[in-house]
Amino acid sequence: MSAGEHTAPSSDALAGVAGTRFNWEKHVNRLLQVIGLPLIGIAVFLMIWQMGAASIQTSLGQFPGPAQVWDQAGTLVQEHIREREKAGEFYERQEVRNAKKLEKNPDASIKWRDYTGKSTFFDQIFTSLYTVAVGFILASLIAIPVGIACGLNESFYRACNPIIQVFKPVSPLAWLPLVTMVVSAVYTSEDPLFDKSFLNSAFTVALCCLWPTLINTTVGVSSVDKDLVNVSRVMALPTLTHIRRIVLPSAIPMIFTGLRLSLATGWMVLIAAEMLAQNPGLGKFIWDEFQNGSSNSLGRIMVAVVVIGLTGFALDKLMLILQKRVSWDKHATLR
Amino acid sequence: MQENYLDISGVGIEFPTDEAPFRALQDINLKISRGEFISLIGHSGCGKSTLLNIVAGLENATEGGVILEGKEVDEPGPDRAVVFQHHALMPWLTVYENVELAVRQVFKGKKNRAEMREWIEHNLRLVHMEHAVGKLPAEISGGMKQRVGIARCLAMQPKVLLMDEPFGALDALTRAHLQDSLMDIQAEVGNTVIMITHDVDEAVLLSDRIVMMTNGPAATIGEVLKIELERPRDRLALAEDAGFNHHRQQVLNFLYAKQKNPETLKQEAALGVAQESPALATPRATENKLSSEQAA
Repeated sequence: MSAGEHTAPSSDALAGVAGTRFNWEKHVNRLLQVIGLPLIGIAVFLMIWQMGAASIQTSLGQFPGPAQVWDQAGTLVQEHIREREKAGEFYERQEVRNAKKLEKNPDASIKWRDYTGKSTFFDQIFTSLYTVAVGFILASLIAIPVGIACGLNESFYRACNPIIQVFKPVSPLAWLPLVTMVVSAVYTSEDPLFDKSFLNSAFTVALCCLWPTLINTTVGVSSVDKDLVNVSRVMALPTLTHIRRIVLPSAIPMIFTGLRLSLATGWMVLIAAEMLAQNPGLGKFIWDEFQNGSSNSLGRIMVAVVVIGLTGFALDKLMLILQKRVSWDKHATLR
Repeated sequence: MQENYLDISGVGIEFPTDEAPFRALQDINLKISRGEFISLIGHSGCGKSTLLNIVAGLENATEGGVILEGKEVDEPGPDRAVVFQHHALMPWLTVYENVELAVRQVFKGKKNRAEMREWIEHNLRLVHMEHAVGKLPAEISGGMKQRVGIARCLAMQPKVLLMDEPFGALDALTRAHLQDSLMDIQAEVGNTVIMITHDVDEAVLLSDRIVMMTNGPAATIGEVLKIELERPRDRLALAEDAGFNHHRQQVLNFLYAKQKNPETLKQEAALGVAQESPALATPRATENKLSSEQAA
């Protein structure tokens, strides 16, 4: 204790000072743990990356370090803003032109053309998100009902199990050619609502998203508390009420575990599918940059890698939030 | 009283195993009158729960059958409501909703919304749970959960109320409270009840008849004891009552002398005590055995 503190007028004040200082220390410790340690981890990673990158020479120049990647991220944002401005100007010109036409002749037929500039990095993120959402929702709409049926009915499960086990480990790349050919053959319309490349990617994602949800739903449904099942039988609940009031609430945690695994798988599969199907999403962005082969390409791909990671992380958090809203057990710790 | 309200005749059940089929129950015959309170008592594993499940329709007897009010039982239904040992409330439904789920199913088209509401509240009042209608099962105590479980069954207006060790998981004080509640409800509603219990005092206090079962495999009814005690019964007064203690003695005698617990028998055999002639095993020999085991 310092001399200054000895001259404090009352012992109460001293205790107060000591008390606040103690709490403050605890607070700092906690802050260090929650924010400090992850920051240290990131800093160490960036350092290793920087050092490693400096010693790798590729045919496209030096492997990009964190600084170059940061620069490229800025460029991509700039490109996006410029593209949007161009689009804005295009639409403005079009409106002026149309207005003039109408002034001259009110009955004139006016054409409305969409801007067809190249899609920017952010458009491509959006395309990827949209594609994965369609594939994932399609898969869930099939996997959850089938999973419930498998969980409720032992015979049905035995019948389905071999098919599930065989198709589960199949890589998306094996599916893609088949999906492409089937879509080309079946989806023939003059004015298609969706691009074929979009459908190919979405279906491939769906085929890979099916299995984790299906398997986890089956397990969740078949492990409903036996007492609760017996109560339901004693009450003679009809099958649909039984599923809605007893099976689904019990199985929600397992179903969501499956959904989260599916979404993570789907997101990974999507990038590969987009590369090959040429769906204008992040996968195509990476492929195009690779083919482009400018000195900035590797940096731009690295930006995409980081964005893919962050998006996957965000998607998982989104599912957690959804699970919290749907689940009846608000106190369960979800991770 | 209607003699043959519930007729269990010639019931036996076998469970398939990898080797020979396991025969759990054999030749069970029991006739129960309307409004009668029956306790099933016996050592663990003697098939009490299996018998109750057969009456509930949750399990199918291999031979024989159960006839309730002239109709054979072949599937579970709300006319044979079951109170489970571990309450079996849906954890995602409130107290009210748990009872409502049953009431909606049973009285669909027979009661309107207001009548259902009144009926649910009436049954929750019967078990003294009207104060917790909006609570989730996780927010109330074990005894309260069991009360709600009972209310749910009463609300189904069953012909027979089946109770599988309803108070087995509760502490002694809570159990006594619930037994008193159950007696009050019985006095008011007059249900036909079959209750499994391990508690001799509980059986004597609540029952009109106690059905004592022999040890399995191939367990059957050993003795049926009629309890001739005036109702309403008061646990404090009965504690000193000669009749009560006599009945109690009879049950204990059946359980611990005539039908020794199979677990105890095994332990005795392991200790080298000849169960038929305990005099042959000298205390010294037993002591030696014990001390050598301790040393090892």
